[in-house]
Amino acid sequence: MEKKKLVIGVIGADVHAVGIKILYHAFTDAGFDVTNLGVMVSQEEYIEAALETNADAIIVSSLYGHGELDCRGLRDKCEEAGLKGILLYVGGNIVVGKQPFEEVKKRFEAMGFDRVFGPGTPPEETIAALKEDLKVD
Amino acid sequence: MNAILLIDFGSTYTKVTAVDTESEEILGTASSYTTIETDINDGLNNALKLLFEKTGSIEFAERYACSSAAGGLRMVTSGFVKNLTAEASRLASLGAGAKVVGVYSYELTEDDIVEIDASRPDIILLTGGTDGGNTECILKNAKMISTLKTDCPVVVAGNRAAAKECASILSQNGREVHVEKNVMPRFSELCIEPAQNAIREIFLKRIVKAKGLSEASELISGIIMPTPSAVQQAMVLLADGTENEQGIGELVAVDLGGATTDVYSVAEGFPQNSSTVLKGLPEPRVKRTVEGDIGMRYSIHGIADAATIKAVSQLAQCSEERCIEMIDYLSEHTDEVPTTEEFKNLDRALASLAIEMAVKRHAGTVEQVYTPMGLAFAQEGKDLSAVHNLVATGGALIHSDCAKEIAAFAQAKANDPASLRPKEAKVLVDEKYILAAMGLLSEHYPEVALRIMKKELV
Ligand code: B12
Repeated sequence: MEKKKLVIGVIGADVHAVGIKILYHAFTDAGFDVTNLGVMVSQEEYIEAALETNADAIIVSSLYGHGELDCRGLRDKCEEAGLKGILLYVGGNIVVGKQPFEEVKKRFEAMGFDRVFGPGTPPEETIAALKEDLKVD
Repeated sequence: MNAILLIDFGSTYTKVTAVDTESEEILGTASSYTTIETDINDGLNNALKLLFEKTGSIEFAERYACSSAAGGLRMVTSGFVKNLTAEASRLASLGAGAKVVGVYSYELTEDDIVEIDASRPDIILLTGGTDGGNTECILKNAKMISTLKTDCPVVVAGNRAAAKECASILSQNGREVHVEKNVMPRFSELCIEPAQNAIREIFLKRIVKAKGLSEASELISGIIMPTPSAVQQAMVLLADGTENEQGIGELVAVDLGGATTDVYSVAEGFPQNSSTVLKGLPEPRVKRTVEGDIGMRYSIHGIADAATIKAVSQLAQCSEERCIEMIDYLSEHTDEVPTTEEFKNLDRALASLAIEMAVKRHAGTVEQVYTPMGLAFAQEGKDLSAVHNLVATGGALIHSDCAKEIAAFAQAKANDPASLRPKEAKVLVDEKYILAAMGLLSEHYPEVALRIMKKELV
């Protein structure tokens, strides 16, 4: 079967470069076709890459605490660009400091993310979720 | 002696350069005014007559020609995402020496089709989707292109998964179709040479014939490429050298013309320091851009518009009103060569600003991003700041008595640190206007061409 295609990257002005490399290798090893946009990725870059590669999911990483601001409007822009219903995940240290995760999760879900992952989520958990959502066995 | 004739069929001039490959000398150069109506052989014979007046009669062993006559190689490109495959196909076409008359992204509309027909392309480059990526857009566009009235060939260089279907849609009414490797096989990965080779092949087979150039072909061993490709080939040779003869290293070249300004760079252009992140499409090592609004006569207003008349007036040391007057005059008298001090100053100012803007648009930029930790840097396009050679050519430049000072405007400015232009470059002026000829010569005599360039560019 054709590999499912992911677009991943660290959003905004965030330069934390290590985690996304680990995710790239983990997702590739798990059998996905991964386009890694690296760090400092704008919303437009995710969308353009997803369009051109016909991606099945966009996975947003944010570590420096400004994730909430950076992610606002991404779902709307995806819809606008023709990526109707594309799977959207977000994870890392997506907000400043220690806030109750349940509340954070709700806020990001309201923004249109399909899944929201808390700090320190191991790649295996995300991979299992991807396989479920994209119906890969 | 082994004399070779190199011909450049331009839209306004036919230029000839005679070279002896044994002594590695330029025997002479000449050019003759031609118009669209002039028979191509008349232009050539006139230029040869002028040449022989200077050199005496020469028996040529071989003759090669390049051409930008009859509007050059006109191309329309179509891609999917504007910054990705549409941009990749634009870069590929420019690098193949084309005059890009239309760049389209996303799905073509019926209005676009009317517009494309009106722009009379010689070749269309159809791209879209990475391999295994989006197929919808390129398939839709193949259908739209198949409704064009013009019967020009199409090069398909998009998503592998859709290539065959595109070809069968397009060839239904007998249109010539070439399927090549995807210009962007993976996200942000350029692969433009295969498409460029196909473009060049079509140029040789079809375009040369269609433009009446083959009438001259008995005289010559072959029209082998569009003129901008010849110049680009010369620049690659000058930079990289050959196995036995060293090149001069990375370079930027500017060709300042009457209607357009071409800029070439042969340089990697990677970020200079490790804290800089590269954004956007990675650009080819050999890159050509064409500024259609920047030229010394036909596009003279474009220079003033882009640079502001204030800047022109300051540099020319002349009032804004008078500058506007003179610019209007020159735009209507396109073969005017300035004789008065006032006009010379204006031309010098315009040429300097034209070069500054054209190289600025060609070079990459770096943006500072403030973070709580301090500064981070994001680069887009090529960093040319460490390039040490700047080649200057073009009629408007090489006939000036201060070509070096003018060309130096290509360099980086302290008050514009965002622009990644060469910081300290040695200016080499193509005084005899031989770059296209050397590109042609390099097809069979690369080392001779290289040594002549090293000698003649001063
Ligand atoms: C190294 C580092 C830096 C380096 C980065 C160098 C580089 N180019 O990579 C530098 C010094 C530049 C830096 C700068 C800053 N940093 Co810093 N940095 C760190 C540090 C110490 C390690 C990050 C790292 O590489 N971890 C190792 C990798 C493997 O783990 P990871 O990045 O967390 O990624 C994993 C998981 O998070 C997860 N994951 C990541 N994304 C996603 C997405 C999804 C969908 C899922 C499921 C999982 C997932 O999977 C990854 C692999 O296992 C962390 C603290 C820490 N121990 O985590 C702080 C930390 C991330 N930085 C922090 C901050 C605040 C900053 C600064 C704003 C200022 C500062 N005080 O240092 C600047 C921001 C600069 C900018 N513009 O981005 C905070 C963020 C706090 C918050 N979000 O509330 C942290 C947590 C430190 C802290 N406790 O205060 N930093």
